[in-house]
Amino acid sequence: MRQRLGRLRLTPKGLPYLLLLPALLLELLIHLVPMVVGIAMSFKQLTQFFIRDWSSAPWTGLGNYHLAVDFSAPVGQSLLNSFWVTCAFTILAVGLSWLVGTTAAIMMQDAFRGRGLLRAAFLLPYALPVYAAVITWSFMFQRDTGLVNHVLHDQLHLTSDRPFWLIGDNSFTALVVVSVWRSWPFAFLTLTAGLQNIPRELYEAAAMDGAGVWQQIRRITLPSLRPVNLVLVLVLFLWTFNDFNTPYVLFGKSAPEASDLISIHIYQSSFVTWNFGAGSAMSVLLLLFLLLVTSVYLFTTSRRRGADD
Amino acid sequence: MRINRLAAATAVVATLALTATACGGGSSTGGSGDNSSPKTLTYWASNQGTSLENDKQVLEPELRKFEQQTGIKVKLEVIPWSDLLNRILAATTSGQGPDVLNIGNTWSASLQATGALLSFDDATFGKIGGKDRFLPATIASAGAAGKDPAAVPLYSMAYGLYYNKKMFQAAGIERPPATWDELIADGQKLTKDGKYGIAVEGGNVSENVHHAFTLGKQHGADFFDASGKPAFDAPEAVAAIKQYVDLIAKDKIAAPGNAEYANNQTLTDFATGKVGMMMWQSAGANLKSHGMNPDDYGVAPVPVPAGASGTKLTSSMVAGINLAVFKNTKNLNGALDFVKFMTGKDEQIQLNKTYGSIPPVADAQGDAAFATPELQALSKVLGSSAQPLPQVANESQFETLVGTAVKNLLAAAAAGKPVTDESVKAELTKAQQQMPAN
Repeated sequence: MRQRLGRLRLTPKGLPYLLLLPALLLELLIHLVPMVVGIAMSFKQLTQFFIRDWSSAPWTGLGNYHLAVDFSAPVGQSLLNSFWVTCAFTILAVGLSWLVGTTAAIMMQDAFRGRGLLRAAFLLPYALPVYAAVITWSFMFQRDTGLVNHVLHDQLHLTSDRPFWLIGDNSFTALVVVSVWRSWPFAFLTLTAGLQNIPRELYEAAAMDGAGVWQQIRRITLPSLRPVNLVLVLVLFLWTFNDFNTPYVLFGKSAPEASDLISIHIYQSSFVTWNFGAGSAMSVLLLLFLLLVTSVYLFTTSRRRGADD
Repeated sequence: MRINRLAAATAVVATLALTATACGGGSSTGGSGDNSSPKTLTYWASNQGTSLENDKQVLEPELRKFEQQTGIKVKLEVIPWSDLLNRILAATTSGQGPDVLNIGNTWSASLQATGALLSFDDATFGKIGGKDRFLPATIASAGAAGKDPAAVPLYSMAYGLYYNKKMFQAAGIERPPATWDELIADGQKLTKDGKYGIAVEGGNVSENVHHAFTLGKQHGADFFDASGKPAFDAPEAVAAIKQYVDLIAKDKIAAPGNAEYANNQTLTDFATGKVGMMMWQSAGANLKSHGMNPDDYGVAPVPVPAGASGTKLTSSMVAGINLAVFKNTKNLNGALDFVKFMTGKDEQIQLNKTYGSIPPVADAQGDAAFATPELQALSKVLGSSAQPLPQVANESQFETLVGTAVKNLLAAAAAGKPVTDESVKAELTKAQQQMPAN
């Protein structure tokens, strides 16, 4: 009797871990194993001669990393260029998506006729399949027959000559526009949910005290949304920094230099030049950078919150 | 608590960052094929017709013929060109692929180096009816020199200069240009009222590299030296590529908008009379589908420099599609039977006729279907002035890197930036330095 009691007392401790085990094993299989394989690949000279049996590829130690970070050589130079392009792109795209999403969410906060319809319309870009949406954009951005130039050049006469959007320097603008168009609905959705948790009484009390709309937004809405924003910006950052579909569908396998995002660059370095080891090394470097940014972000934001409390 | 959050975030970031590239790992699958599944075959066809659907309609009846003859059911998948090479690489890595597949003939040596394709040695050729049935130039584009071919030729093509007869007449041009000076002079006569002399598919990396190769040969550039090392930025190569980019930059006989063409807009422009000339391979079927009558255009060899001789008279690459057998096939005999069927006289006539290409099999060429002015002109090019692209293991990388360099240069030219020997050389040097060292 005593023994059985003892076993019963043990079970509640062990049970959660037992229940977690299948998920843990799957997680290992689906995420961790490919990751470890990817890291292992980055130390190998994995070219077309070895892909059929890649365990036979020779080890190169840090050779692939040397190649990637040798910024005086073309491979490293173009990786560095791609890195800065991606940073600028991410800051712009995340900032604008957040701004548009927040503005829209606040404006949709109070009930009015047609609010449901507008909300649904706002979510449309998020619901569309990526490929279909972006390929439509690429048609609109065509120089001679696209809608964008038709409006800017033919209708509004804003430009003296038809600009190119899919090649050359303007491709960066095109990329930011499409990316913001795709990701702001997510910001809108998240923030709309966040707004539901702010008690109405706060606004009523503020109005009684004579606070205007701006003051209400600055003193009540934004501080209350802070926890939501923390997660939202992080997720948007990671998605945007790693975005592969948008540039790939927009520009194909060889993106213009001005919009050579790091994901496409790595794809090119591995699939197009058949040098999978170098591509993996670049991926690992990207991983380390994203880890660093995320850690610093979480560390500073959680410390600030500690100070606030 | 903070450490837990960090750990969780670490896991999330790591997953997001690495799953994109790590999906390529596969098991080692050595060894050659066997005959453990003799009743089925999987066939990957490339997109030869006007659409993927069109290809299925063309090929399905032929595959049923094969099934009636041999009892082997062929599962067909038509794969667009944009995906084909990646699909083959994935199949190579995983060992899970088709039994028989079409490859661009320029990829032959690159894919040969992976060891994924069955070598056609004399014994294997014996099973499909012999090596001497095929034209020598097409066999030369089926693998590296001195090795057994990694594939056999299926459809052959060559580049020709297509010109619009009515536009030439209206501009007072009597015959198609034979030299580049003539082409530029004719192009300038045709360029007026929103129409242009010539169209180029500037956003298409493959088209770019094909023209770069032909022009390179005309200037004496080989892109690879005798030991197989890349020589992209040799002065001859710079001159060749500058000449091509100058069609937009200096001569201004191609529309700047051409720099972003990547969806065969060249064909549309030519068929609708917006341009007077284009350099294309086997365009007949496509032009017809755009409503252009074969009588409205003529086909001549791509121009060469005045006074050229020897290989400087090259006017085209040996273009075409090869048929390969995947080494891991579970139906080796069936796969070879299928290769024999597809390269047999009847199928060669039937399929090449439909696709507007030239049969690489000698005894099929005599058919009346290949006596059109277009195909006769292209046949002559293929037989006399076409050279295979470099058959080296790094050929795929060469195509992509040099093709991209030309795309960037055309984009710069279209944006009005100056294109000089220095800027062309810099772009080519950059491409060359990205070639993997091995």
